Amino acid sequence: MSLEKITCITGQAIHVPGDDIDTDRIIPARFMKCVTFDGLGEYLFYDVRHDGEGNRTDHALNDPCFSNASIMLSGMNFGCGSSREHAPQSLYRAGFRAIIAGNFAEIFFGNSINLGMPCVTVKESDRMKLADMIENDPQHEVKIDLMNSLILIGEARLAFDIREGARESLINGKWDPIDELLSNGANIENVASLLSYS
Amino acid sequence: MEKLNLFQKVWRNHTVGTLENGQTQLFVGRHLIHEVTSPQAFGMLKEKGLPVRYPERTFATVDHIVPTDEISEPYSDPLADAMIKELRRNCEETGITFFDVSSGMQGIVHVVGPEQGLTQPGMTIACGDSHTSTHGAFGAIAFGVGTSQVRDLLATQTLALSPLKVRRIEVNGSLPPGVYAKDVILHIIRKLGVNGGTGFAYEYAGEVFDNFSMEERMTACNMSIEGGARVGYVNPDTKTFEYLHGRPYCPEGSDWDTAINTWESLASDVGCDYDDIVFLNASEISPTVTWGINPAQAISVEENIPDPSQLFGSEASSATEALEYMKLQAGSPVKGTPIDVAFIGSCTNGRLSDLEEVATRLNGHKVREGVKAIVVPGSQIVSQLAEQKGLDSIFKSAGFEWRRAGCSMCLAMNPDKLLGDQLCASSSNRNFKGRQGSPTGRTMLMSPLMVAAAAISGEIADSREIFPS
Ligand code: SF4
Repeated sequence: MSLEKITCITGQAIHVPGDDIDTDRIIPARFMKCVTFDGLGEYLFYDVRHDGEGNRTDHALNDPCFSNASIMLSGMNFGCGSSREHAPQSLYRAGFRAIIAGNFAEIFFGNSINLGMPCVTVKESDRMKLADMIENDPQHEVKIDLMNSLILIGEARLAFDIREGARESLINGKWDPIDELLSNGANIENVASLLSYS
Repeated sequence: MEKLNLFQKVWRNHTVGTLENGQTQLFVGRHLIHEVTSPQAFGMLKEKGLPVRYPERTFATVDHIVPTDEISEPYSDPLADAMIKELRRNCEETGITFFDVSSGMQGIVHVVGPEQGLTQPGMTIACGDSHTSTHGAFGAIAFGVGTSQVRDLLATQTLALSPLKVRRIEVNGSLPPGVYAKDVILHIIRKLGVNGGTGFAYEYAGEVFDNFSMEERMTACNMSIEGGARVGYVNPDTKTFEYLHGRPYCPEGSDWDTAINTWESLASDVGCDYDDIVFLNASEISPTVTWGINPAQAISVEENIPDPSQLFGSEASSATEALEYMKLQAGSPVKGTPIDVAFIGSCTNGRLSDLEEVATRLNGHKVREGVKAIVVPGSQIVSQLAEQKGLDSIFKSAGFEWRRAGCSMCLAMNPDKLLGDQLCASSSNRNFKGRQGSPTGRTMLMSPLMVAAAAISGEIADSREIFPS
């Protein structure tokens, strides 16, 4: 099965400010009682999007101006906490196709790349610039160009970082490793047989 | 001969090859699964028409969603009921060993693995759960993975991974009385930060770790991920071997002697290279409590709650956010903060030694009126051993509820939840907003004995004052 080559993500962006946004915040644990990931998008950031009575708060994700957002901008250490793929899955299923942040927790980063959802890192001054631009004009189109490692918005060209191996696997349509892993069956057997334990 | 650290040796032994994107294809010798992160992976496997490649290398248990006050099925929560049945069915269909509730061996996956002797030195161990780092206490390279990777493991027993750097953290000197492994790891996280470990495996060493029991090593390794390190380990030694000897899944007879030789050879070589080394002094560590919403926001019980106006940059803004959420007063002593709930349990501190340490100090003390105090053993075996020693009656007569094994209020995916903005003194590992089941619930992390001190006082207290030795 060949995967889509992810070279460029274009869309509306939304700013969800804050550092250390953890996986429990992205999707509270009580919504993880499921045997498939379908429908998880609905509960994305549920506890900050709703008050104690279940009414919608004025969180950016509730703002109809941003209802088509497919790119999320956030702060440092995004996705820290658990290894549960429910967090990137809920973002993906809520329509997000890329995340821009100060940096990412490692497991979250890996899980997101495996879904074909790039996570790119930009320096603080550029994050602030991006945040200003999208808050002032939600209709701004944001383009994440993975071929040239640039974010394009209006006239601005902002450089981003992403682990080179991850970038390559996205642009070459190899972001899901399963087929390559399966193709090395003989070597797998070999390593297994040499181990001191079974 | 080239001098290597344990991480490098184990990584080398399990390398299948290099993938096109430069990552390593790594063989994973033990795969542990539970009900929350595996059903979707089995679903993906079915979609692709792939079988489970090495079912004998995967072991399952159920921990997050099990109620701790009822065991009969169907569970009152239909979603939880569906999850346990799905796991049971997946294991039956694929031939994976399942430590089910009826087995007497069920419990939190990170308690069950070591207890059964499934966790051994020199292994690679993965589980769809970030606290898999716990198993590193045995000198294994153990880490949490996402559900797509659980699928990769079921299908190929391998993963696409990039190697980690290794930071040795040496804690030397002796710990003051009343200071536990939990305080040591909270101290390490406070010093190095919640993402200080990104890209690293932590190798814990020094006199403190040498002297720690296996259960104490597990407590520390458990929280590596809270410091951003996906892997945390301690080199195997005689304590490791003594703990494992005679456990169900360990080698026996002459195989045992061979295994010890292999295990010893895997420990980091004297004089090997590290990417970083950090030295910490044990005498500086005190009973520690968290006051904020990440585990690095921790202070000694004798300190005052930090004042954001005295902090800088993102530390100041996150402290402001934390104090607002925690409803705590900047600059006031953390001691004396009233609590509503006390929770002893979790994969950090739900083992027999944790329960014993508290029970032996409880005599004559009573849980303060108005405080809900619960003890949740980490596994059915912990629970059974504790009951044989009469710990359950000690806890009960002091006013604690004695529950059945599971994750319980650590993550509150079962019915054990905080209500409203209740504040919980908790022996678990995460104090994130909403972690214990109520969107406004508040968590303060500490050692089990500090939880007990808080339960008795009705407020955050210094365990050394409540239980003078
Ligand atoms: S006890 Fe808590 S941290 Fe440990 S596995 Fe269960 S939910 Fe996760």
